[in-house]
Amino acid sequence: MPRLPHLLGIEGLSPETISGLLDLSESYIDQNRSVDKRRNLLSGRTVINLFFENSTRTRTSFEVAAKRLGADVINMDVATSSVRKGETLLDTAMTLNAMRPDAIVVRHSESGAVNLLSQKVNCTVINAGDGQHEHPTQALLDALTIRRRRGSLQGLEVAICGDIMHSRVARSNIHLLQIMGARVRVVGPPTLMPTDIDKMGVEVHYSMRTGLKDVDIVMMLRLQTERMQGSFVPSISEYFRFFGLDSEKLKVAKPDALIMHPGPMNRGVEIDSEVADDLDRSVIHEQVEMGVAVRMACLEALIGGRRNSVGAAA
Amino acid sequence: MSGDILRGVPPHAGSTAYINARIIDPTAGSEYTGAILISDGKIADFGPNLFASGAPYGIQSVDCRGFYLAPGIVDTRVHTGEPGEEHKETLESAAQAATVGGITSMVLLPDNEPPFDDASLIEFVARRARQIKLTNMYAYGALTVGLEGKELAEMGLLAEAGAVGFTDADHAVGNAQVLRRALYYAKAFDALIVHLPQEPTLSGGHMSSGLMATRLGLSGIPPLAEVMMVERDIRLVEMTGGRLHLAKISTAESVKVIAAAKARGLNITCDTAAPYFALNDLAVGDYRTFGKLVPPLRSESDRLAIVEGLKSGVIDAIVSDHRPQDQDSKRVPFAQAEPGGIGLETLLPVSLELVHNGHLTLPQLFKCLSSSPARLFGLPGGKLAKGAPADLVIFDSNYAWKVDRADIWSKTKNSPFDERPVQGRVMATIVGGRTIYRDDHFAPAAAA
Repeated sequence: MPRLPHLLGIEGLSPETISGLLDLSESYIDQNRSVDKRRNLLSGRTVINLFFENSTRTRTSFEVAAKRLGADVINMDVATSSVRKGETLLDTAMTLNAMRPDAIVVRHSESGAVNLLSQKVNCTVINAGDGQHEHPTQALLDALTIRRRRGSLQGLEVAICGDIMHSRVARSNIHLLQIMGARVRVVGPPTLMPTDIDKMGVEVHYSMRTGLKDVDIVMMLRLQTERMQGSFVPSISEYFRFFGLDSEKLKVAKPDALIMHPGPMNRGVEIDSEVADDLDRSVIHEQVEMGVAVRMACLEALIGGRRNSVGAAA
Repeated sequence: MSGDILRGVPPHAGSTAYINARIIDPTAGSEYTGAILISDGKIADFGPNLFASGAPYGIQSVDCRGFYLAPGIVDTRVHTGEPGEEHKETLESAAQAATVGGITSMVLLPDNEPPFDDASLIEFVARRARQIKLTNMYAYGALTVGLEGKELAEMGLLAEAGAVGFTDADHAVGNAQVLRRALYYAKAFDALIVHLPQEPTLSGGHMSSGLMATRLGLSGIPPLAEVMMVERDIRLVEMTGGRLHLAKISTAESVKVIAAAKARGLNITCDTAAPYFALNDLAVGDYRTFGKLVPPLRSESDRLAIVEGLKSGVIDAIVSDHRPQDQDSKRVPFAQAEPGGIGLETLLPVSLELVHNGHLTLPQLFKCLSSSPARLFGLPGGKLAKGAPADLVIFDSNYAWKVDRADIWSKTKNSPFDERPVQGRVMATIVGGRTIYRDDHFAPAAAA
């Protein structure tokens, strides 16, 4: 697997790179389930979690992943509201860069902010979600979860449902699933579909009945009310009635269809508790578990092994 | 590019003959080898047969060595930072950039801090132009107080102070009643109203909507937001019998609708800016904030329609839409970046692509760059005519170079054309008979 300088998005990755990362992730699952979870592969490396947008789950997952590989982890939570936007992004990046970390894991509320930051530092940058653009480790952990349950992504029918417009998870998953040979449908109200989404090669459905018909995987997305300016849907109850996943709507999917959600879930908004907690079909907690393995694999692939030459040269 | 800005050089007292030039006469639509005689800062004579047997004794003569000579460019959409944001651009640095770009007259947008909604600011620009002594500088008055689109600015007083047009710059007037009254009121002063058509409620995004915006995760501005406003404005012109100039037309639909309105005899004209016929939304790939403009760069099919609109004459003029932004405004995440690009120094070479690609003849191009904007705004330059001011540009249409931010005269370097290979270079810029810029490749005037 060729070494990547950064992980900014799924778009542009080869199927070999993705398979390689998933294979590597696979090797960490048992380690994470054993009593002694720690290795020293990244001993002496410094990883900074730089979160400009609040996140507990993703930050914790990255932190656990880095620590289990023996890296030193520093968490920086910079709430966007408390800093002057933009300037601070690059200033903070340059400041942290001067402390010579091996990797900076970045989340930011603006699309492209992580790409911008990666141009200004000489360490590895991992995108932990930028605006409505990409969230590559989420797509990888989703892929790992599916692959373990179904053996392969090739030929699967996957429905991504809900707030497609505001979702970086949807974009990363669309790229990854298509690269790996799955067929993707997006399902949701027309007001939450980004323009020309069909040109990304997906099938667009405005009804859960047609959208979920015979699918292997149902990926639900969180309704991102915080990113919505103006009225996209009339009410939460109307949204749930037509686009929330419940056992009734799920009937048209394949009987063994898996239910996924990137979390955090809004129960009663996009997903009914009955299906979210269905032990036979919901893999939502498995996704969280795979998240740690995937992030360990990404860290190892990006900054593990030989000395990080970029950082060393600087 | 290297050349010298010549300031404080008094005009030659007598007459100067520019001989052996490829003369472009946009008004007559002709192009020929000939000469032009300048006396007292004005064009005294010109034509293919003038001085055909050599310049007469006693007159200073300049051999143009077959380079093109055309009426200087009249750029009617320039923003500088003075007053308010002098760190981005001063009137002086903008005038230098214009001078190097072959622009002999520029009209300054009113969206400064403070906005030009007070006559004293129009007088301020005129006074600075007299001090700077390079390109001619004119100013728009604000159309509404504070550019807020609510109350009419003092159009009469602003016109009296020298405002050559009225606009709220890049702010569209969303309230139809306000624009309706402005169009009515302007009739009393025969004032030209310039409006950027973009439905404000649909324009909250950061780039043109479409696959690229969706891929980048940026909220989009639908192209139809422009034509909706064009259609409304056309009805207002119909209702008021007023005169309206639509700025920075960028979509195929708008061109179609404006063509139909013109065919119906309505008093509507329009312009486009160089980025809209030279670039499409691919230029913002990788979150390139230099490509963030108002209106946003559109699809390739829209770009082609703008080229067609220039060819057919539906689009009357080309502007640079010069808008300097410093690094703090551009080196930020795309959605937070300020829109706008500089364009004074690239206007001619980028526009020449239309000629090199066979879309326009040189006289047609200079109609868009010089004679039409001068006519629309009632400015004295922009044409070859006996008695007209000797505002001229001499250029080499073939000289190939690459736009390089290191060579830019503007204070800020935010060119959407950065690193673009272009063809065409200004050899000399003449304002009121005075040579204010001369390229190193163009020999100083030899005394006869």
